Amino acid sequence: MILNQNLFFAILICISAQLRAQEDMQKIEAGTYLPLYGVTKERVEVEAFYMDTYPVTNAEYVAFVKKYPKWNRSNITRLFANKSYLADWKNDTTLNANANPRAAVTSVSWYAASEYCKCQGKRLPTLDEWEYAAMASETSRNAQQDSAFNKKIIGSYETPNTNVRAVGTGFKNYWGLYDMHGLVWEWTSDFNSVLISGESRKDGSTDRKLFCAAGSVGASDLMDYAAFMRYAFRGSINANYCIKTLGFRCAKNAD
Amino acid sequence: MKKFIYIIPLSLLGLIVSLPSCSPNESKNAQKESTKTISADTVVAELSSPPFVPKAVGNRGPQRLKVDIEIIEKEGQMSEGVSYVYWTFGGTVPGSFIRARVGDELVVTLKNHPDNKLPHNIDLHAVTGPGGGAASSFVAPGHQITFSFEALNPGLYVYHCATAPVGMHIANGMYGLILIEPEGGLEPVDKEYYIMQGDFYTKGATGETGLQPFDMGKALAENADYVVFNGKVGALTGDNAITAEVGETVRLYVGNGGPNLVSSFHVIGEIFDKVYVEGGDLINENIQTTLVPAGGAAIVEFKVDVPGELILVDHSIFRAFNKGALGMLNVEGPENKKIYSGTTQEGIYLPEGGTVQTLPEEEKAPARDLTLAERIEEGGQLYAKSCFACHQGNGQGIPNAFPPLAQSDYLNADVDRAIRTILYGLTGEITVNGEVYNSAMPAQGLSDDQVASVLSYVYNNWGNSKAEVTPEMVAKVRAKK
Repeated sequence: MILNQNLFFAILICISAQLRAQEDMQKIEAGTYLPLYGVTKERVEVEAFYMDTYPVTNAEYVAFVKKYPKWNRSNITRLFANKSYLADWKNDTTLNANANPRAAVTSVSWYAASEYCKCQGKRLPTLDEWEYAAMASETSRNAQQDSAFNKKIIGSYETPNTNVRAVGTGFKNYWGLYDMHGLVWEWTSDFNSVLISGESRKDGSTDRKLFCAAGSVGASDLMDYAAFMRYAFRGSINANYCIKTLGFRCAKNAD
Repeated sequence: MKKFIYIIPLSLLGLIVSLPSCSPNESKNAQKESTKTISADTVVAELSSPPFVPKAVGNRGPQRLKVDIEIIEKEGQMSEGVSYVYWTFGGTVPGSFIRARVGDELVVTLKNHPDNKLPHNIDLHAVTGPGGGAASSFVAPGHQITFSFEALNPGLYVYHCATAPVGMHIANGMYGLILIEPEGGLEPVDKEYYIMQGDFYTKGATGETGLQPFDMGKALAENADYVVFNGKVGALTGDNAITAEVGETVRLYVGNGGPNLVSSFHVIGEIFDKVYVEGGDLINENIQTTLVPAGGAAIVEFKVDVPGELILVDHSIFRAFNKGALGMLNVEGPENKKIYSGTTQEGIYLPEGGTVQTLPEEEKAPARDLTLAERIEEGGQLYAKSCFACHQGNGQGIPNAFPPLAQSDYLNADVDRAIRTILYGLTGEITVNGEVYNSAMPAQGLSDDQVASVLSYVYNNWGNSKAEVTPEMVAKVRAKK
């Protein structure tokens, strides 16, 4: 009974939340991009969609678990998040004293991130959507060939503790999105659709028809080291993992 | 108490939870068994940070060894005033030294610290199996992963991270050595050390201060800014030098993490009595320089017969003097004049028929009347040719080897002494900015005019006294000799 009630309220709140869905989102125009890995070296079409301007913050996530107690640290089903879920929080609904409420929320599982977006009337972006939106620099919608841009991204991946910075402190890209690079890794709905085994040098020869890594003939752009790092990271995680440097933002269809 | 030894197929090992303890010193019969004879207890492997190695296996039987390695991404010092974000196995570059014997079953647990940003794994060249363990050890930050392997082949092997982009993980310091000793162990020696070369690529030029990010472009071009032993400039010099006593036999486990460069490993003042070529069974004797490939290793042994400072270098020599590939082995003990006499006689050498005793340029180049600015400019060019290699681009010198010229108390205290040093060289112990240096600078063979220019350049840079040195001042010092 109680469960049903909760579900009922959850749906109600979800619906009301949908009305606010497009606030603070940016429209990403349709286009194509060349993924780092793929069965063929064909460009992938991405339809127009909306994406959150910023990664979801600690403060926003506090509001979420207060509204949906079944997603707080004590109540969450173990299947949906491992023991590291919100591990740095003081308790179920309070951040650690030195945590920045304006920083991106991290240590959340894929299940929790998906649920959060669902309750905003949104969804997690697909890997293609995320990569497509993230290849934009300040001035160009496709900066994949811009070596300075790539160097900047690699530099940020190497910088420790960027997850404590407030959202909006990074650069604003062509689409109006902040912090696609520089603060935290971000979940995508199909983060492990490109299978990456731990052996990063031979995946190109496996039967999976999905390729990866530095030595691979399957990668479309061997110079895109930043992308290699992202794909390697995605390949190392499972949906119940909660990692200090991994957050998310939500997306929504354009129509 | 009765001692037990269990002879069991390896595949069953995983099922055994606990069994009575076994002494590491089993009967000779047990040692003659094949490598399938494994003590049933799991022993926690002793790991060591460079330049030290864990204790030898001796004649113990095969064991099940638990090897725990924590991966830490952290900022460290590359050189004086230069820092770098290293990715490490066990918090050091190179990573912890692992020591086992043939037949050991190694249970490796890789722990990726929660503060780390990247996934990592480990490829041990001592592993027989896909990816050398890499396929089974891919681990996200905040997680740990375990796999095991049996050490089938003896030798000294490199291990490294093999996560994409592989080159970058290695370039940031993710490598180390694992020694698999043969049955009965390597022959005991007096001193053993762990040395591993690596090349580093930084955004700024060699010596440029501050936190230097990794430069992918330079790494691709194989244009290293630093080539160092044990992860940084000076890891094996000065107070960090390794030591031995006269008469001792020293064994160095030498690895090369790369990612790009092959090492011409040499010890100035020694001949390797033995080299285990490429870390394998083949032993070569009486070797001056041994090649250590990237992703490879060698074991070198030599008996130190006379006291003094032995210098470890990559004999691709600009790396040693300009990029950091320099280490020291201090040997203490009594002199042996028969083996090495030191200088016994000094004199003037006049070749037959040789009449030219002064350099022609000196006569042809009378002192010119240059402004200070002109002198400094000309001095800068001379500095780049004659001084840069040792004293470095910004006069910072190389710790424990070549004294700094920047903000140098020794330099600023006495201009005439500086002139003398360039004219005649300087050998022996001096103290510069509180650090003791004991090396030799040769006479530079410059004209009075050139000495004036180069010293004016040095004095008017890097926070020095701004003294102007004229050819007349140089001539005066020269006349005093």
